[in-house]
Amino acid sequence: MRFQTAAASLLGLAVLPILMPWLEFVLTLAIAKGFAALGVAVLLRAGLISIGHAMFFAASAYGVAFLSRAGVADFALAMLASVLLAASLGVIVGTFLVRYRAIFFAMLNLAVSMVFYALCSKLYGLTGGTDGMAVPIPTVFGVSLPDPAFKSLLYYFSLILMVVVGFALHHYLNSPLGQALSAVHSNEIRLEYLGVPVWAVLLIAYAASAGLAGMGGAIAGFAVGRVVPDFAFWTASGHLILIAVLGGIGGVPGAFIGAVFLELLHSAAVSVTDAWNLIVGAALILVIVFLPSGFYGLMKQEKAPSL
Amino acid sequence: MTSDVILKATDLRVSFAGIKAADGVNIQVNRGEFVAVIGPNGSGKTTLLNICTGYITPGSGSVHLEGAEITGLAPRKIARLGIARAFQIPQLFSDQSVINNIMLGLAARHGLWTALRPLETPARRKEAQDLLELVGLGEDANRISSTLPEGHRKLLDIAVALALEPRLLLLDEPTSGVSALDRFPLMEAIMGAIRQRRISALFVEHDMDVVARYADRVVVWNAGQIMAEGTPAEVFSNDEVLKRVVGVA
Repeated sequence: MRFQTAAASLLGLAVLPILMPWLEFVLTLAIAKGFAALGVAVLLRAGLISIGHAMFFAASAYGVAFLSRAGVADFALAMLASVLLAASLGVIVGTFLVRYRAIFFAMLNLAVSMVFYALCSKLYGLTGGTDGMAVPIPTVFGVSLPDPAFKSLLYYFSLILMVVVGFALHHYLNSPLGQALSAVHSNEIRLEYLGVPVWAVLLIAYAASAGLAGMGGAIAGFAVGRVVPDFAFWTASGHLILIAVLGGIGGVPGAFIGAVFLELLHSAAVSVTDAWNLIVGAALILVIVFLPSGFYGLMKQEKAPSL
Repeated sequence: MTSDVILKATDLRVSFAGIKAADGVNIQVNRGEFVAVIGPNGSGKTTLLNICTGYITPGSGSVHLEGAEITGLAPRKIARLGIARAFQIPQLFSDQSVINNIMLGLAARHGLWTALRPLETPARRKEAQDLLELVGLGEDANRISSTLPEGHRKLLDIAVALALEPRLLLLDEPTSGVSALDRFPLMEAIMGAIRQRRISALFVEHDMDVVARYADRVVVWNAGQIMAEGTPAEVFSNDEVLKRVVGVA
């Protein structure tokens, strides 16, 4: 049943932009944010809330812009390099931050991301300041595509990447390493006394989550065609947490479900009223009150624990 | 013989805010022994376990595991060298199933560094189920561990420690919080598992009936020092121990 639901959802996502071409951009952004929210959700499994993951999203988007400026015009190479850049940044930042827990972890992530935001805003000569940097359309295996064709290709590439990465992450979360990540939240002391270096478990998760955010950032950079410091602003990080919670952290699809819901809701609300925040906020309250496990909780058939 | 000594702590000294929890303590556990540490509340018994597992670094003195010094090593490193610990308050992955707790322990024994294979494999599940049967929790395998009664939580905590296949098991008050009716069945289950796996053990205990019945040797800890040591019969016939420790334990 769950497989059928997933297959039908994917088919719907594949067909929707054909029926309603305006949705292509919205859904591309939704998937991009879904990747970043998935990164946030990975850390939430360990009970760690990052209010700074938009930094990795932005770093990767800036990465594709800088690579393009440096003459790297190939789409695949730019994607790969920028994701690696975000993951590497995750390793560097994570090395210091995974020692902290709870509010300290959250606030330090926020602080680091705001330093990054300030650098992007103020280093005008390098980053273009608040004007940002252009991300031109890259070549795909040496072929130059017109804008609409590239955007369609980007969308379907993102869709396929979502499935592939989703499966890989599902395996990771069910592996001993992934289960140890959940165990950090549950009982860090016991984990340490089992001989498990908790910092290493968390650092791997942090780097993976940064890489996921980077994946989203690179896609967003290509989709928007420009990267601005606001990509790294703290509200963008808050947005990612919201998506992760809305979708539900119980499974990989949750982040993408949350992202698609929020982007569609946002698009619909904006078209109805200037006070779109009111509609979005009300919808969020309803979802949080009535679906505490997020949208994924609806899909997942929970087994009641035996008493 | 030196090779028969599995744990040797020499001249341990630790104090907290001027109060001496260990003041020149020497203690050793021989292979296959089940050694009890008894003493009044606050005398420093748990401190010994904390030192042996790396939670506390002693001010001076040393701890050797089968001849190799482990003083001051991190708990995870000591665990990997073969010392496992069960706690006075069971330390479980409370939101996970009973069998998942064990499987994580089994996976940790081999190193967790695989993200490609699932935690639950048929072989690992069988090994975990066998271990649960050994401690009498076979029927609770799929329960969420937080729903277990206290005695079963204690057993699960010990089973998780046993999953590491330790050379030495440290138990901190295994019968505390367990009803008088359940403490001997609990100890029988523990002893069965330890004997079957030929594991040496050091346990801190307040229940003198349990100590008398199960310990091979008893160490009496009082005010940071060892005031007596010997078989249960020897220790419990010592007037000073009866007066100063058993009477208040």
